[in-house]
Amino acid sequence: MALDEKRVTSQTPVHDPEEIAKIVSGGNLITEQMVLNVGPQHPATHGVFRLLATIDGEVLVNAEPIIGYMHRGYEKLVEARDYRQITNLISRMDWLSGFNNELPMNLALEEMMEIEVPERAQYLRVAMLEMNRILNHLMFFASFGAELGAITPTFFAFREREDIQLAMEMATGGRMHFGYMRPGGIREDVPRGFIRQALKGVRQVIDRLSQYEDLLVGNEIFKQRTIDVGVLEKEIAYNYGVSGPIARGSGITFDVRKDEPYLVYDKFDFEVQSAPNGDCFDRFWVLVREVVESAKIVEQALGDLPSGPVLGKVPRVIQPPEGEVYIRTENPLGELGFYLISDGDRRPYRMKIRTPSYNNVSVLPRVLKGQMVADMIAILGSFFFVLGDIDR
Amino acid sequence: MIPEITLNAWQMLLLKLGIILAVVPTMTLVAGYAEHKVMAHLQHRLGPMYPGGFHGWAILLADGLKFLYKEDIIPASADRRVFSMAPAVIFVPVLLLFLVIPIDRTLIIEDLDVGLFYLLAIGSVGAIGVLMAGWSSANKYALIGALRSAGQLIAYELPIVLSAAAVAMLAGSLSLVAIVEAQDWPFILWPPGIGLALFMLFILGAMAELSLPPFDMPVAESELITGPFTEYTGMRFIFGFFFAETAHMIAFAGIGTTLFLGGYKPIVPWGPLEVIPGIIWFFVKTAFMIFLLLWIRFSFPRLREDQLQKFAWKFLIPLSLALILATGAWILYGPGG
Repeated sequence: MALDEKRVTSQTPVHDPEEIAKIVSGGNLITEQMVLNVGPQHPATHGVFRLLATIDGEVLVNAEPIIGYMHRGYEKLVEARDYRQITNLISRMDWLSGFNNELPMNLALEEMMEIEVPERAQYLRVAMLEMNRILNHLMFFASFGAELGAITPTFFAFREREDIQLAMEMATGGRMHFGYMRPGGIREDVPRGFIRQALKGVRQVIDRLSQYEDLLVGNEIFKQRTIDVGVLEKEIAYNYGVSGPIARGSGITFDVRKDEPYLVYDKFDFEVQSAPNGDCFDRFWVLVREVVESAKIVEQALGDLPSGPVLGKVPRVIQPPEGEVYIRTENPLGELGFYLISDGDRRPYRMKIRTPSYNNVSVLPRVLKGQMVADMIAILGSFFFVLGDIDR
Repeated sequence: MIPEITLNAWQMLLLKLGIILAVVPTMTLVAGYAEHKVMAHLQHRLGPMYPGGFHGWAILLADGLKFLYKEDIIPASADRRVFSMAPAVIFVPVLLLFLVIPIDRTLIIEDLDVGLFYLLAIGSVGAIGVLMAGWSSANKYALIGALRSAGQLIAYELPIVLSAAAVAMLAGSLSLVAIVEAQDWPFILWPPGIGLALFMLFILGAMAELSLPPFDMPVAESELITGPFTEYTGMRFIFGFFFAETAHMIAFAGIGTTLFLGGYKPIVPWGPLEVIPGIIWFFVKTAFMIFLLLWIRFSFPRLREDQLQKFAWKFLIPLSLALILATGAWILYGPGG
């Protein structure tokens, strides 16, 4: 399904309240601005995101995200913890993609301590990272539909998640916070039946996704609500450090998996999806396409999975030498970076975490200005953020 | 021998009100249960399964009981009198709609000569209640929702009125019984094309008037929490919102059945079908209408308010005017004219 086939209409993307007042009454209508406090508890914010919106009628004059409502101080907490404890802690940062969060710190440790990771562990890591990405993307597929008022696709996406979720559960014992990664590999080998279950789930997603896509993306109302709404220009996306599917929806073809391959991503055949227009529709389209790409990677990784151990030779005490390293990986929502400084202790001296949602949300005031209240919800939904990822 | 009972006007009125108060809530419970189940099965779910034992039939009773126990909160800055009156202003007109819908040839509470006019007039009184609820809640979300609702009502009342006017032209009467009697073939099939277009126009207008998705902007959950009803709790919430909404939906399904599907008559004039009593025909058709409304409701995303207004003023209303012309032409020059 080509992107152009789906696009048809064009409409005025930005509304000017004074212009509207002029059309309505020849400029005689005196309107007053009103401050609308969206959140912290609001159905469309997936948690406790707060947006201070100044509205004139239904048009947003100004919108300011106020973050910090859920700050848990991860960067400070990790300074008092052993590295293996940190793995389990940072799994909770972005709760939709726990396995992806566990990766960068372990990569950093492996680089500093020069630990060799066995090939089987690398392949399993990639497969499960991508499965986690599918889980995350399907969740946003569901919530975006729900935000636009289409509740049925939500449940379809949840049904597809379940098989993959089950496979993850078989291997790790957890459904959200896996705690499965270790410096040097993964905790233990996957159980029997894991590969069959995982492939079953992934193939089902590929089979059924096109149906769901037609139900939602092919819908005329959906197009009316998303095309040319909330346009994020390429330049602005660059300047604000936006990454992930949102940046790729604005025509930026950057993907850490492709441009700076880590693990064994360079062995697999997949494409970086991007769309040129930067509106809600394109962001959502990229998200849906990425599910298919991830599914392809999982099939390849599990298809020629090498045998062998899953945990390399790791010293009993994890104590990286003095030094610093910055590792970045492609989280489902964008670029996740860990800057680890070690003073030779068992605990990190400092660990700076760069999370994708934080940067992605910072561009919201630029995008939201001049939009309708209803479009604000569509835009918030299409920015695919996780609250825990914004406020670490 | 059945003793002959004569009742005076007041006793008749009380009896009729009693029937309305007994029948409408029962139908609402059935339709509400159907709503749960249709939604669940469209979404590959089972829906409620436990309350009452068999497929969760008692879910709405349990729900109602729960709401009965909830605290009735009136916000401190709300306009108390208006706030507490609003649910009644929304709910009572919905009940009054059922007065004139003919369930069978003689099974009708009151066959008014101006039945259709009465329906359209009473049907829009509820909007005042919605405005009252939104304004008196002292809540910005409620206010936005109420204003959206009022704008929507003005825009969508017209297509409904115009399509109903075309039906009145075809039947040559405003009495609902006369309208049903005029349908040898239901209007949706005959006049061909025109009738179907009028029916679709009516469905669209009804969905907008009922605030069902894709026209549910006044109560859009992801934007405005519950719109005008954001501040309501307990029984007021149930009566002003859930109960009124479902009862309103049944009423519109009944009106659609009467105007377009031939009411209590068989769907096609064919001997064997006429054996089935009219009351069954009426309920089967109404159930079909309800299913149609629910089906559309759970399949579509929501429009934006300005898109909805554009759709109404630039497309639906010109279309309905054209259809009135077409109906007039059919009456004058068609096979019967």
